[in-house]
Amino acid sequence: MAFWTLIGLAKGKATTGWPGPGDDGQNGLLGMPRYKQELCAEDCDACAQVCPTRALTIHPGGGLDVDYGRCIVCQLCTEACPTGAMSPSSDWAFGARCRDDLRWAEAVDTVAHARSPERAGFRRSLHIRHVDAGSCNGCESELQALNNPFYNLHRLGIFFTPSPRFADLLLVTGPVTRAMEAPLRTTYDAMPQPRWVMAVGTCAVSGGVAEGGYAGGHGLEGIIPVDVYLPGCPPNPAAIIEALLMFLDRAPQRVKGGRIGE
Amino acid sequence: MKATDTRQLDLQELPAAARHLRESGARMRMVYAVVAAHSNLELRYLAVPAGTSPFILWRCNVTGDPPSLAEIWPLLGWYEREIMDLYGIRFRGHPEPNRLVLHDNSAPPLTPVGREYAQPDPLPAANGTWSLPELVAPDVQTLPFGPVRADVLESAEFTFLYIGEQILHYQPHLFYKHRGMEQRFEGLDPVRGVVLAERVSGVGSAAHALAFCQAVEAACDCVVPTRALWLRVLLAELERLYNHLHYLGHLCNTTTLKVGEAQGKLLEETAKQINARLTGSRFLRSLLVPGGLRRDLQPEGWLRDALESLREEIASYVRHLEASESHLDRLITTGVLSSRVAFDQGATGPIQRASNTDRDLRRDHPYAAYAELPLTVPVRPEGDAYARARVRIEEIDASIALMQRVLLLLPDGEIRRPCRPVPSAEGLGWAESPRGSLFYAVHFDRSGRLARVKIKSPSFSNWRVFPFTVHETNMMDYAINEASFGLTIAGCAR
Repeated sequence: MAFWTLIGLAKGKATTGWPGPGDDGQNGLLGMPRYKQELCAEDCDACAQVCPTRALTIHPGGGLDVDYGRCIVCQLCTEACPTGAMSPSSDWAFGARCRDDLRWAEAVDTVAHARSPERAGFRRSLHIRHVDAGSCNGCESELQALNNPFYNLHRLGIFFTPSPRFADLLLVTGPVTRAMEAPLRTTYDAMPQPRWVMAVGTCAVSGGVAEGGYAGGHGLEGIIPVDVYLPGCPPNPAAIIEALLMFLDRAPQRVKGGRIGE
Repeated sequence: MKATDTRQLDLQELPAAARHLRESGARMRMVYAVVAAHSNLELRYLAVPAGTSPFILWRCNVTGDPPSLAEIWPLLGWYEREIMDLYGIRFRGHPEPNRLVLHDNSAPPLTPVGREYAQPDPLPAANGTWSLPELVAPDVQTLPFGPVRADVLESAEFTFLYIGEQILHYQPHLFYKHRGMEQRFEGLDPVRGVVLAERVSGVGSAAHALAFCQAVEAACDCVVPTRALWLRVLLAELERLYNHLHYLGHLCNTTTLKVGEAQGKLLEETAKQINARLTGSRFLRSLLVPGGLRRDLQPEGWLRDALESLREEIASYVRHLEASESHLDRLITTGVLSSRVAFDQGATGPIQRASNTDRDLRRDHPYAAYAELPLTVPVRPEGDAYARARVRIEEIDASIALMQRVLLLLPDGEIRRPCRPVPSAEGLGWAESPRGSLFYAVHFDRSGRLARVKIKSPSFSNWRVFPFTVHETNMMDYAINEASFGLTIAGCAR
């Protein structure tokens, strides 16, 4: 309708310039809590006690294990910590090629996966098939937001496709409930090779709040091979875009050894 | 149970009591099962009386096969089937006793015998079949669609039985995403319970957290400071705002009004960015806790202006929608839900209000600070997709007016008081979520941990109703009709 076209034109451009110069849209958003080992008190397990998803566990030999692949950003640890060793932060760019990069390590020496050779010449357009394997719909809400005029995912040459036959990347949300396991495998099998998989949201990475139980799963581990992990509950649209660009080698991986690099 | 008018009934008294309840003008809301002492199962029926008097709760020990009440209260059919699937008991005379939540090859995971927090065995991964009506006419075609559907959507499978354009019968299978969320509350403390409640339905995080907290507070006689009560209203209305804006944009998608879709979703994004700026979460998470709020909020000085400028943009957007005949033509007379079917099958929220029923928990059973706030409840008589959209449009207006009032009158003071679990306490909490009435029934065990949490979600109620507007309609209207209901799968499947 001409009338709507005029309205659209009159509204001007709503799309952010980000990841170039521009607003990422995440003003005020709380991300993964930041761990400062030097502040951590000995014989204190306050954070591990409150963590609902065992992202924080006391190491058998003392000391804390922090696994951001299990973190659901609930912020309970930042409130329980008496010393400020777990503190609120705006760190949300947690897309990683290697599951180990989501675990906090004293020395940041883990290296990102080597790029597979067939990825050459595959850096511009990307077609994604999404499968919801039992999410709470928070991840879907943010995936749907990618196509709103603010993020406008198409401008980056990235598209969602209705059929797995046209897809390069399978993007999975949810813990993989028992009933969704078979449809998920069928979708993966229907994709042409080469194909890649991205686990979006803490549920898909490790099960999140829906881990185990009679109906739940443990994320994608052991079901289909994963190329990119993006924890978050849910990861915001900018975090999803960053992870997609990282997968395409158009942005660096920012998380290493469980922390955002400088 | 706290916050209810409780009665003990025998199994054989149930049908007569159910008929009497119907005559009294009350409405049944749900039935759920709870494992009582000595591994006995107990049924709890919850009903809302005609006026504003307390909710009615019946307790009933399962001493044999309970009679199905689905013939008297059709909406109970799904609740009874869920109990049969999960607990392995049988309701006598159930009109459709086939599986609802689990596939045919799954054994009931929650049979009560000796189960005290023991993790039930995982269900088999192999999918059995779903029961479908038997087909005898050779011309009728079957179209199974899903559970993986086009676009970024939640997983569910829909089966259409149709001839040409005409849908004869429609059957949704909505429980591929069943995560056993209610069982996951068992053994938790209330603070971690909120974190779980926030993740039952992501786009209903605030309402779920609020209803859960209120249930715990009712059970444990906790007092919530005034400032927290007022801020809770703010959170609940911010949730309604971004959900309804998403709804309008998505509805335009189904009527192929592309610029209208873009504009609606841009407004939703603006609302979500306001959420993040105010609370640190685009989904308003990590704030509610039994006893108040975990952190204070600072809406002073900016939120008023942000909402006012959003309101102006929404008003102009709605004016344009109302001037788009191609959009309105697709909505008017589409997917008509009569008030009778809405009542019988248990419709709630905007769906029910668009079918000529004036009910809203915020006004009829006020919680948080709603009793002190003027609330307009829009009602439309038509029951079609247009009426459902209009109700939501008018709710956006009412919501913003409410929030501006809260910002004007927001008292200072503390935001959290201690709220300790009381052993063996039980409580009911509720909220009028963006999609309708949401109830949490919370039971504590003897050590003050959560023993049973039942969630009555609005999407479970409205999905039960939805197929009645699809039978005998045509394929071209289906997507529009589904969008006009604005349902979630996660909220339904839990």
